[in-house]
Amino acid sequence: MPGKETEQIMSNIRVLVGTKKGAFVLTADGKRKDWKVSGPHFAGWEIYHLKGSVADPNRIYASQSSGWFGQIIQRSDDGGKTWNTPGSNAEELKGPEGMPKGESNKFVYEGKAGTHKWYDGSQHPWEFKRVWHIEPSLKDPDTAYAGVEDAALFKTTDGGKSWKELPGLRRTKGDLWQPGAGGMAVHTILLDPKNEKRIYVAISAGGAFRTDDGGKTWKPITRGLKSPYELPDPDAEVGHCVHRMALHPSRPDVLFMQKHWDVMRTDNAGDQWNEVSGDLPTDFGFPIDVHWHEPETIYVVPITSDSLHYPPEGKLRVYRSKTGGNEWEALTKGLPQKDCYVNVLRDAMAVDSLDKCGIYFGTTGGQVYCSADSGDSWNPIVRDLPPVYSVEVQTLR
Amino acid sequence: MIRVVLPFHLRNLARVGAEVELELAAPVTVRAVLDALEARYPVLCGTIRDHDTMKRRPFVRFFACKEDLSLESPETPLPPEVASGEEPFLIVGAMAGG
Repeated sequence: MPGKETEQIMSNIRVLVGTKKGAFVLTADGKRKDWKVSGPHFAGWEIYHLKGSVADPNRIYASQSSGWFGQIIQRSDDGGKTWNTPGSNAEELKGPEGMPKGESNKFVYEGKAGTHKWYDGSQHPWEFKRVWHIEPSLKDPDTAYAGVEDAALFKTTDGGKSWKELPGLRRTKGDLWQPGAGGMAVHTILLDPKNEKRIYVAISAGGAFRTDDGGKTWKPITRGLKSPYELPDPDAEVGHCVHRMALHPSRPDVLFMQKHWDVMRTDNAGDQWNEVSGDLPTDFGFPIDVHWHEPETIYVVPITSDSLHYPPEGKLRVYRSKTGGNEWEALTKGLPQKDCYVNVLRDAMAVDSLDKCGIYFGTTGGQVYCSADSGDSWNPIVRDLPPVYSVEVQTLR
Repeated sequence: MIRVVLPFHLRNLARVGAEVELELAAPVTVRAVLDALEARYPVLCGTIRDHDTMKRRPFVRFFACKEDLSLESPETPLPPEVASGEEPFLIVGAMAGG
């Protein structure tokens, strides 16, 4: 086993940042002090999310979109140096019938699209808008899942050249799902590393769902969630505004959730949730993540309220619980403690697997912060990017 | 030969310059131009018109000979100046924002 210092020298970190105006790739060695910034890639386009494959770290998927020109899927096979829309290489341009392909951005709902609940309570047709989150398979770099707006789950098994919906999810009371202020999207996809048939997803504002058969059928996993203002029915199975979920790979039955309000945990794969907001200054927020080496150590960024999307008192504080919730400590060293009014969006926090674990998050003010000591202290990697939508980290050895 | 001018972001996506040239048989219509454009540059599929419905995306507009053709039927023949290559067919990202 290499020592900590040797591991830091031999390892590299690649941070994938999606922003309102392009993608950025931030790289450093394991010391995580000196960073190189590459980008903007896809300048001027909204990049909701990029994520690398665990099975092949050089394989990275990116969701590129625009209000004018719609959805594009990009793929890199060399760690982010070059990018192509899948299926657009010269040798791939002709299909079996000699017709050109161009379907890597074709997301068509399976069968009759149907309707979901609209803001005013009426029914509204399902309309594809964009991909919010791409989750590559843990085993196969050509397989990945895409969480989209309007909320649905798609899957590719050919490296992103084509996508097919897993329609069972929308059949799980989809007519009762309703968009929140940010839209209605599948934004969280968690793959169970111990059971490849089990997948968790979260939807704003549809709730949380689990499949145990690879995506054919789904069940709401919302027992214990309370949303009295949005959902007066205390037994409502769907419609909860789940902002984010996270799990530790060693214990995939234990999930942590940042709901619209409330931080929650379940110890039985979502069958029952319990609140663990404890002594947080506010339990509203977006991201939540788990320490790579300590399954009971979790991180959130409290935000004042759903009306005031900035940190309480203008102080940017990450909160850490080493007890799986309820008891929280503010992490402030290196973070602005006055006049800070940024937000941290749901997909904009990630952890690396070095010892000590690195924690990363990006803000709507364009900063990306890194802590190389599990959150004890923080440094900005970059300060002036466009608003950050997503942050993912790859630990390369 | 038809000349097609693409907006900035679609040029970058297709990795072409401001103007592309397409060989097209008569009748030259919006649909025929877009079919040929997408056949040559499949990466543009879905960016100008919807994959499924084939309708023009709301913030994309079509111009030629100083006329807005966005609301014309896709089957309407384009002006002879476009069909002859004298004038380009313009695909424009609509102005939006403040």
